[in-house]
Amino acid sequence: MFPFCFEWAWDMGHIVFMGGLWYALSIIGAGLTFAIIKSIFDSTGGGHDNHDHGHH
Amino acid sequence: MKETPLIPAGVKRCSKWQFSIWMAAVTAVLLWGVYAMFLIWYKGLNQTNMNDAYGFALWIWADLAVIALGGGAFFSGFLTYIIGKNELKNIINYAVIIGFICYSSALLILAIDIGQPLRGWFIFWHANVHSMLTEVAFCLSCYFAVLTIEFIPLILENPKLDKKPFLHHLSHNMHGIMAIFAATGVFLSFFHQGSLGGVAGVLFGRPFAYREHIFIWPFTFFLFTWSAAAFGPCFTILVTKVTELITRKKLVKDSVYQLLAKISGWMILTYIIAKTIDTLYWAFVTAPSKGFTLMDFYASSTYNIGILFAEIVLCGFVPGLILITKRGRENSFLLMTAVILAVIGVSLNRWVMVLQVMAVPLFSFNDWYAYMPSWQEVATTVLPVAYGLIVISLAHRYLPVFPQEKELNPID
Amino acid sequence: MKEKNDHKHANRYGMVIDLDKCTGCGSCMVGCYAENNVPFKPDETNKLDSINWIRIFKLTNKKPYPDTEVCYLPMPCMQCDGIGKHGHSPCVSVCPAVATDYDYDTGIVSQIYTRCFGCRYCMAACPYHARKFNWWDPVWPADMEKYLSPNVSPRMRGVVEKCSFCFHRHQLAKDKAYLEERKELEEDEYQTACADACPTGAITFGDLNNKDHAVYQLKNSPKAFRLLERLETNPKVYYLTSKEWVRRAGDNYLAHEEPGKLNHTVKEHH
Repeated sequence: MFPFCFEWAWDMGHIVFMGGLWYALSIIGAGLTFAIIKSIFDSTGGGHDNHDHGHH
Repeated sequence: MKETPLIPAGVKRCSKWQFSIWMAAVTAVLLWGVYAMFLIWYKGLNQTNMNDAYGFALWIWADLAVIALGGGAFFSGFLTYIIGKNELKNIINYAVIIGFICYSSALLILAIDIGQPLRGWFIFWHANVHSMLTEVAFCLSCYFAVLTIEFIPLILENPKLDKKPFLHHLSHNMHGIMAIFAATGVFLSFFHQGSLGGVAGVLFGRPFAYREHIFIWPFTFFLFTWSAAAFGPCFTILVTKVTELITRKKLVKDSVYQLLAKISGWMILTYIIAKTIDTLYWAFVTAPSKGFTLMDFYASSTYNIGILFAEIVLCGFVPGLILITKRGRENSFLLMTAVILAVIGVSLNRWVMVLQVMAVPLFSFNDWYAYMPSWQEVATTVLPVAYGLIVISLAHRYLPVFPQEKELNPID
Repeated sequence: MKEKNDHKHANRYGMVIDLDKCTGCGSCMVGCYAENNVPFKPDETNKLDSINWIRIFKLTNKKPYPDTEVCYLPMPCMQCDGIGKHGHSPCVSVCPAVATDYDYDTGIVSQIYTRCFGCRYCMAACPYHARKFNWWDPVWPADMEKYLSPNVSPRMRGVVEKCSFCFHRHQLAKDKAYLEERKELEEDEYQTACADACPTGAITFGDLNNKDHAVYQLKNSPKAFRLLERLETNPKVYYLTSKEWVRRAGDNYLAHEEPGKLNHTVKEHH
């Protein structure tokens, strides 16, 4: 799963498969990081106190 | 009551002792499964009745089945957050919880199923990108992470947790970007549902399973994704209806069921037409090219042609046709019949694509292979059911799972 | 699965088994057990979970006496070349952890025991049931451990194993050739244990690409066929038989089809 694993090859199979994987992981990671950082800001008074739950 | 701060405001829950007795009963079943699980980890797979002909058996079926049934989460998420069917927000929480249970169960079963559990990480580290199972492992794990992310905001809405400012905001902010997670979940689900179909479809040494390819993907790849999207929502409806029955109250409005059932119905009908075409092509083109007739695959007393009829007609066309008609959906008996048949149908399809593949003999001098699971296999397959009941019970008691519950069940 | 560009000129080891000569004595199985440290159970009644790298099947023409005919068919791993002979054998292409690999220098499908984590997908993929799972840890009777071959690593519980065409013998022969500054192996320098053990000479082993090796001629015999050829697994184990019913039992045919007369039957020519 990493270029330093010895099965790794820079071929189409690895580029497409692992590209898709790391792309998905980056989105998940970035989304989570955003939510956590924004929540820290919001709860330390940086943002407005919003009691409206978005999903309702 | 002592528990009140933990229970969401404005809803009624059963008494503490009633809940405790129920939880104790389910936990007893869970412990039976846990005991079998440790027995298998300690003594090895000789505790099962699998053998060299039946390398894939009850567990792999259970895996495929729960993932198909858990498909309600990704498809409902897709309809809610991406297509914008706002009505479904009233059931999406429950769909996510059911999906979370299904996927965590699948991962647990896989961890029991492998001969060297401590080497399980090899599938990621030493990944063979050409293997369908690698694709399954990656997408399954990633999608499980997405489901966890979708579940967390709901957990944080527990009245006690919601009082903490950080958790309150985290829940709110995660809801805010849920569409992004849902979209990622749909992307991952498309590939892992598909690659689970690919697991059987690529087996060119097994003419019963093998299907022709489109690019690198066998037909089963698309059929599995399609069927999970089609049948998954039926499982969501079924579990919600059973929950209503047990809690003796209406939790979701009929209009929500109707919408989900209608979409599910059309998906089932289109899927089963595609499945029929696939079956015909396989029976009359693919299999004969390898020297088999259709009836060669159904020549056993266990695996007779009735299975194909049950899968395609009884548990495919019948629920599909019931659910696409307004009168069928609105009749509660027909609706329940349809969703039960649909759930059986997709489970039967997964059974056939695992167990029957192993059973069919390839040489005239071999007989059909037989297999009966050991109690350890059964216990570890029942384990996720008990675990699921516990998660659902806790979630229903302590979390605001159903947004319409208060309105449908006003308390004085 | 890194493909080498020059694999067309590499060796392709294979086997030809003359079923007319096989008496079903089981010497090949015994030789294989001893050579490859193949573990066995205290009770071998259930053949579906016993480990053997080569098995002998008993086939009959299902005709009543006096027309009854019997044929014994030894079946090792077929070391499939896969569809299009690119090395994508049914098992190699499915293994999620690259624990089984196709060697483009020899055509041998390897199994890396310490890499295998026991998912058994390769077993589900193999139509020949050549792959065996270690349901138990291997236990040898007292003192027998001292007789194990030091050239073959014993396997642990929970992994898959299979016939390797005695690959350690290839390695030893290669080492010897290297010291003698030779690149090519002689035919008799690398032979499998089953071929060595066969008392009737039914098993011939060698390089299918080498015109000087006996297998090269034998595989092109009109009596030659391969098992389940129509699945396009491209096995490197060939069988010889003079009996039509044996040939028919080696594959699947529709009622009107005749073995050997199918247009798409894959025959090899070099």
